[in-house]
Amino acid sequence: MHNLLPGVEGFMYPNEMELQWSVLIVLYPFITGLVAGAFILASLERVFNLEAVRPTYRLALLTALAFLIVAPLPLQLHLGHPERSIEMFLTPHKTSAMAMFGFVYLWYLLAVLVIEIWLEYRPYIVARAQSAAGWSRWFYRAATLGSYNLSPRALRIDDRIGRLITVVGIPSAFLLHGYVGFIFGSIKANPWWSTPLMPIVFLFSAIVSGIAAVLLIYFVYCLARGIPLDMPCLDAMGKFLFYAFLVDFGLEMLDLVHRNYEADESLKTLSFMVETRLFGSQIVLQIIVGTLAPLLLLGLTQLLSLTEAARKGLYATAGALTLIGIFAMRWNVVIGGQLFSKSFLGYTTYKMEFATREGLLPALVLIVLPFLILWALVRIFPPMLEYDPGRKPEANPALPAEPEA
Amino acid sequence: MSVDRRQFLADATKFLLLTGAAGQAWAFVAEGRPQDAPDYDIARHWWAMFIDIEKCIGCGRCVEACKIENDVPDEPFYFRTWVERYYIPARDVTSPRAEDHPKVDSPDGGRHGFPDIYPKEDGSKSFFVPKLCNQCAHSPCVQVCPVGATFESPDGVVLVDKDYCIGCRYCVQACPYGCRFIDPRTNTVDKCSLCYHRITKGLTTACCEVCPTGARQLGDLRNPADPIHELLRTHKVQVLKPNMATGSKVYYNGLDASVR
Repeated sequence: MHNLLPGVEGFMYPNEMELQWSVLIVLYPFITGLVAGAFILASLERVFNLEAVRPTYRLALLTALAFLIVAPLPLQLHLGHPERSIEMFLTPHKTSAMAMFGFVYLWYLLAVLVIEIWLEYRPYIVARAQSAAGWSRWFYRAATLGSYNLSPRALRIDDRIGRLITVVGIPSAFLLHGYVGFIFGSIKANPWWSTPLMPIVFLFSAIVSGIAAVLLIYFVYCLARGIPLDMPCLDAMGKFLFYAFLVDFGLEMLDLVHRNYEADESLKTLSFMVETRLFGSQIVLQIIVGTLAPLLLLGLTQLLSLTEAARKGLYATAGALTLIGIFAMRWNVVIGGQLFSKSFLGYTTYKMEFATREGLLPALVLIVLPFLILWALVRIFPPMLEYDPGRKPEANPALPAEPEA
Repeated sequence: MSVDRRQFLADATKFLLLTGAAGQAWAFVAEGRPQDAPDYDIARHWWAMFIDIEKCIGCGRCVEACKIENDVPDEPFYFRTWVERYYIPARDVTSPRAEDHPKVDSPDGGRHGFPDIYPKEDGSKSFFVPKLCNQCAHSPCVQVCPVGATFESPDGVVLVDKDYCIGCRYCVQACPYGCRFIDPRTNTVDKCSLCYHRITKGLTTACCEVCPTGARQLGDLRNPADPIHELLRTHKVQVLKPNMATGSKVYYNGLDASVR
């Protein structure tokens, strides 16, 4: 704690020197944002019948699941008493926004994502339960939940329920991430957070980050498996990313303009913070590198008729920059909101530790973990429909076979 | 000196009764369990504090007493109460501008007083502001606690159940006054309890007890005979950050507009 003192400028209330929410709490909205965004992308295909993004449908669902499994871990690591977190389920405090997390999370995980994935993969699961050998046979047998009925009628019912769940899932995904924004936006004590725009900004940035993540994962997956990239799919995702990003950027600018025009007593403090301590992460990383640059690159793909190779390069670069920008945005919200004193008279510093419970190392592990889970999920549930022996018997025999799970 | 039998028996009975009563009272004090205070009717009190800035001399005895009484961690980052010194230079006193900020310091929470660093008699303005939990009637911290470990007691004190707190720190973020901290020994939140273990036994808080000028006074808003009613009637009082609408029950006399 004493090493924080040189980083303090002006007057902080004495209890404010230490930042309460660390890099792990930056990860929490970043990860849930990827979940919500990936799911909303998947829903586009399902509900609005956007066939162009069909190749990424399953990949998006699996991405959402992989990140959703990891989503509560940073919170759990952050708690002073993780063993008591069960109390949030047993005796939730009704007026607390945070108390609802467990319920929103479980609803989304169990009532939406898991059921939708199960319905989507049911034909594949049944086929594998009958054809696989060894332990994987037992795994797929258990995953059938005893239902082997793949009659056209049964599949029609599956499809209908799946569509219903997606329809319920879209507001659920909105709820999941809008709710995360509400946790910050409803804190009236903190002018950096307190704005009704916060849930909306979080939601759109979630959609942006989810599309960018699935786009990059699709790239990597196809490269790794030696599968040709589907250009209409990439073009469609690039277009969605561009327009969602425009809305997101518009909302953030609205927030900025509103703050400056309203100019309440916190403005001077917050402006000074953005110009100094947040300059690198907000102005440079979030706005220039993470927003304007990808918007420019995506704009080029919309305005010019470029070659496939050029478009691929632009999409991949824009996707990577977008993820950097959205992570920086989460950082600036969570960490930025704690760098100034609620007395508006001073500033503190965030010193990230390395191999401690809330340090950089666990944060890196938590960033890598969803990809490992996704790698496992992709092996168990192959995401490319063409290889699905259950649903698509007319699979393209020219393509390489899916690996054995 | 001879003691007759009657006198001896009377004195012995008194001694036994008083010792027994004191022993029983001490058991409650030692246990720190206010609900066991035998004569305390929780429904008949509504606690508040009156702070007279005109009287505060910045000696820091309240901070020290609080640290000792409530076993607050010794480091200068954890305070249930602290004192701030405000200094407003002469030019800002006479022509205040919205963008002017006062100079504020609180070395070690004001625990050992304040070093004499500002010029005197130069037309500037300086004063001390003791701070503590505002015992809000509409507490943002209580609102956001996900498990209800922070709660408002029926007698108007915001308390923390340390055995229930999960250490999520949402309440620390929600408090507009910076009154909460995480106790590094328990990893749970801590804050001023208005010396609940004392006030439920008819004592005043440790900070009020030691204040040499009477700048801090505990008050019971439900007791018509409590002097706080007269103080609130005869003084122009203000609460901190009234725009936060937290229903603060720490009333300040002589609060300058520059205080945050």
